[in-house]
Amino acid sequence: MEIIHSIRPLLAVLVSLCAVPLIASSRKANIREGWTFAAAILKFVIIVSMLPAVLRGSQFTFTLWEFLPGASIGFKVDSLGMLFALVASSLWIITSAYSVGYMRGLKEHSQSRYFCFFALALSATIGVAFSANLLTLYLFYEMLSLATYPLVTHHQDQEARQSGRKYLTYILGTSIGLVLPAMLIVYHLTGSLEFTTHGLLAGEVSKGLVTLLLLMFLFGFAKAAIMPFHAWLPAAMVAPTPVSALLHAVAVVKVGVFSIVRVLTGIFGVEILSSFHLDTVVCYIASFTILVGSLIALSQDELKRRLAFSTISQLSYIVLGVALLSPKGMEGGIAHIAMHAFGKITLFFCAGAIFVGTGKKYISEMVGIGRKMPITMTAFFIGALSVIGLPPTGGFFSKWYLVLGTLQANQWPMLVVLLLSSLLNAAYFLPVVYKAFFCTEQEAMFDNIVQEGPIWCVAPLVLTAVISVFLFFYPDIFFRLAAMAIGM
Amino acid sequence: MSQHYPVLLVTVPLLSAFIISGLSWVKKSLCFPVALLALGTSVFCAISLLFRVLDLGIVEYHMGGWMPPWGIAYRVDLLNALVLVVVSSVAFLNLFATHKSVQRDFPEKMGIFYVLYVLFVTGLMGITVTGDVFNLYVLLEIASLTAYALIALGQPDSAPLASLNYVFIGTIGACFYLLGIGYLYIMTGSLNMADIASLLPPIYHSKAVLVAFIFCMVGVCIKMAFFPLHVWLPNAYTFAPNPASSVIAPLMTKVMVYVMIRLVFSVFLPDFSFHVLHIDHAIVWLSCLAIVMGSLLALNQKNIKRMLTYIIVSEIGYMVGGFWLGNRLGMSGAILHILNDAIMTLCLFLAVGNIAYKIRGLDFVHLKGLFRKMPITMAAFVAAGLSVIGVPPTCGFFSKWYLISGAIQAGQYGFMVALLFSSLVNVVLFFRIIEIAYFEPMETHHRVVAMRDVMEEAPLTMLVPLLIVAVSLVAVGIYSGNIVTHIILPVLPKGIG
Amino acid sequence: MEALIHHIVGKYNYWLYIILMMIGLYAMIAKNNLIKKLVGMNIFQTAIILFYVSIGCKKGATIPILEEHGAHMGAHTIKVADYINPLPHVLMLTAIVVSVSTFGVALALAVKIYQKYKTLEEDEILMRLREK
Repeated sequence: MEIIHSIRPLLAVLVSLCAVPLIASSRKANIREGWTFAAAILKFVIIVSMLPAVLRGSQFTFTLWEFLPGASIGFKVDSLGMLFALVASSLWIITSAYSVGYMRGLKEHSQSRYFCFFALALSATIGVAFSANLLTLYLFYEMLSLATYPLVTHHQDQEARQSGRKYLTYILGTSIGLVLPAMLIVYHLTGSLEFTTHGLLAGEVSKGLVTLLLLMFLFGFAKAAIMPFHAWLPAAMVAPTPVSALLHAVAVVKVGVFSIVRVLTGIFGVEILSSFHLDTVVCYIASFTILVGSLIALSQDELKRRLAFSTISQLSYIVLGVALLSPKGMEGGIAHIAMHAFGKITLFFCAGAIFVGTGKKYISEMVGIGRKMPITMTAFFIGALSVIGLPPTGGFFSKWYLVLGTLQANQWPMLVVLLLSSLLNAAYFLPVVYKAFFCTEQEAMFDNIVQEGPIWCVAPLVLTAVISVFLFFYPDIFFRLAAMAIGM
Repeated sequence: MSQHYPVLLVTVPLLSAFIISGLSWVKKSLCFPVALLALGTSVFCAISLLFRVLDLGIVEYHMGGWMPPWGIAYRVDLLNALVLVVVSSVAFLNLFATHKSVQRDFPEKMGIFYVLYVLFVTGLMGITVTGDVFNLYVLLEIASLTAYALIALGQPDSAPLASLNYVFIGTIGACFYLLGIGYLYIMTGSLNMADIASLLPPIYHSKAVLVAFIFCMVGVCIKMAFFPLHVWLPNAYTFAPNPASSVIAPLMTKVMVYVMIRLVFSVFLPDFSFHVLHIDHAIVWLSCLAIVMGSLLALNQKNIKRMLTYIIVSEIGYMVGGFWLGNRLGMSGAILHILNDAIMTLCLFLAVGNIAYKIRGLDFVHLKGLFRKMPITMAAFVAAGLSVIGVPPTCGFFSKWYLISGAIQAGQYGFMVALLFSSLVNVVLFFRIIEIAYFEPMETHHRVVAMRDVMEEAPLTMLVPLLIVAVSLVAVGIYSGNIVTHIILPVLPKGIG
Repeated sequence: MEALIHHIVGKYNYWLYIILMMIGLYAMIAKNNLIKKLVGMNIFQTAIILFYVSIGCKKGATIPILEEHGAHMGAHTIKVADYINPLPHVLMLTAIVVSVSTFGVALALAVKIYQKYKTLEEDEILMRLREK
């Protein structure tokens, strides 16, 4: 495995950071949006430039500065990080386009502030993706929490204030109260914080201590929305939809789940997890969230909240996949990071387009909307298929691998959980689509005139829906990266 | 010339105090430049001294050529050199930043203010640089008296009373310290720190030495506002005028922590303090109490300045507890935190000073919509808040790292929990203010108003030092590893785990 | 019994300073009038000065002033045990100065408080503060 020392990982993180003052000082809105797009495209280009080498098995490393031996601010681009970075950076470009349509369509205030903090948040996300050790991960994780606060509370009304409080309480509370001490205990035990191939803690004998650390990390990364620390996610739906879309369907929550995957593979390692039977513990914690999340989603009438609970459920699929410790399961879980991202973002984009076009937020008010916004609702249908895990969408493959993974790991209860959850997913998505398209004349709440949302909103959601279908036919890129990530 | 730096640091401000006092009768406008020059010289001397000590090791200066233990000796090792740099730079930056505020709020007392200010810094620097226990008492009283007077310059209805209470309690503290060194003098016959340290070991088990230790420590604890002896601090610092509180708050209590460390390292050696007396566990528990109570009391406040004073009480708990953990990590954390807390407190109080200069009220209700009006000040305030919470890469994170690691190594999990609890409470405290400043009244919501129309930022002379301090929060954070390795670890006596 | 008497009578200087210190402390805490508190503070400080001065004392010794007989300066050795220790006295000169300055500052503050509140009783002042 070749190690390449290159400044490119740092550049990928810095691109959007440097764009912030440019965005803040632009006088004209078009120039400002121009800077955002320039930064997003540049970031994507830098990341893609590292892709061929990573696919060959090399790793890029760069150490910015060392604080203590074993604790430094360092970057490492391996297949797992590359997968996440690809997803996040490509979706930033698309979401920026969507943001333009949404914010201008609603004539939102403080757009400069919005785009600045968006860029900062993406910088932090790529920072997490490319972290070489726990200290760097923690630094960018906190930076992300702080950068997304102004985005979540963008509307600056009472509701936003309450949600902001909940957001910070859950996210900062767990990261400072659980992750920080766990990180320091790991450093105290091993003298290092680097993510190593076989797990930093390999060889630790104390089962109680390792279990405690595992629980601290699992619940400490509350961005992964594992119950009971999930309540911030539905509350954060007060944010403008592009924020919800990227950050809460892709970046923020995926950072949480990515951190857990990194910690499980790089700090704990497969051997110690299986020898202490901790994999079963994590499986059960994850499956609780999967089932309960889906059940609550069924009861939600507000579309964004339903999508939020669906996300909570789907995130635990990823954790479950990795916790199965079987090759197929882990591959499926890691690839689901990508598949779910494209599917979920489509769904959120549609929700936003509906709001811009008609002002409707509640599912019960969306009867017959398929006649008015057929393109949007078709995209919604495709996104739903991806999340449920049906062909011809990319989500089918990740779910399929997860199912195979449970068989490989002999975890029959998990198989039941997965199948049950798929049924629940179908139960809360398909009726929405059905009601949108097939309804009687009296029930229809909209006239038959086709009037989609603004073009800047509709084009992105079509694009992500198309990508979801594309990934069904060409899933290799993500599955190869996932397979390499678990060392196969 | 360079061998005179230790004494120049103290005498230049001392003499300039007299010059300024003369000038205040004749030509008031010259007071500020003279003070600036004096403190600038001190900063220069302090930094040069730090480099000298890094090169040469311990630097000694014998006053008047008299050899210790008969004469007074100034002794500078890496610990004092660091604290000297902190004290002089904080004082210098603050002097520059608060000039406009002084000019506006008490123009007729400007000369007096600068005299007291310069004398206060003299006192603090003297405390730091001296190697003689009685000399320390004298300079401690110089610093304290000028602080009492500075505090009394605030609002006539509340400041004199707060200052008088501080006088009472502070005098008790200083007198206890004097009593302690009196017992030390009885037992050893010497007032020089190094000399006492060499004479004490045979008599470690005597009651008189124990009494000396207790009185010295209690006296220092009163002066550094260690819970529950902190009662003078909130009123005194809140009612002090802003230019004064932003120099007293970052420095006074931190220098007292330095005195505690100096007494344990160089007078009552660590052998006595940790191994003969078994009080370290008890003190760590007391610090946990200090941290928790400081945080809880801060939650209760409705005035931003008062809230900050309770945060100081909590931070003192960090330093005392970290030090008494008794291992290298904890002590490094405590000493590093002296540096970091001084910077953070200065940043916070300067920001509050800017706000008071423009808004004229410091209760939470006055802070509405501040992010639009004073974005740069609030950005610095947020940066300092993040440092207090302990978010990397600000300096506060790194001292927390050492303190928590020290707690884990010493097995003092209560202290670790107290530190984490305090971080979480700090999140609430600072985000409460950020919320109020950020969520404006509904009328301006959704109206597209250019930032430039609403902004009413503080003048440039107040903003530039604030920004320098805010940037140094991150810069010092990044260099923490180097600072600990090169400056702090060599200071720790051998024999500490 | 004899040891107890020896303990009390022999160390009477320490007992004296402790009693004075406690009186001063009591006055500072329990008295209501600000001037009485100030006096208490002064008594407290004076007790410590007394302590220091008393420890320099030696049995049968005289005041520490050396007599010079012209050309015999330094020719004869000085028996230290004949003269009481002057160092504590010197230290206490400084401490007295500190005590006086503190007293001055405190009195100035009391004057300012009186100008504002027209009373020197602490409970009345606190009541007026609360009314604000």
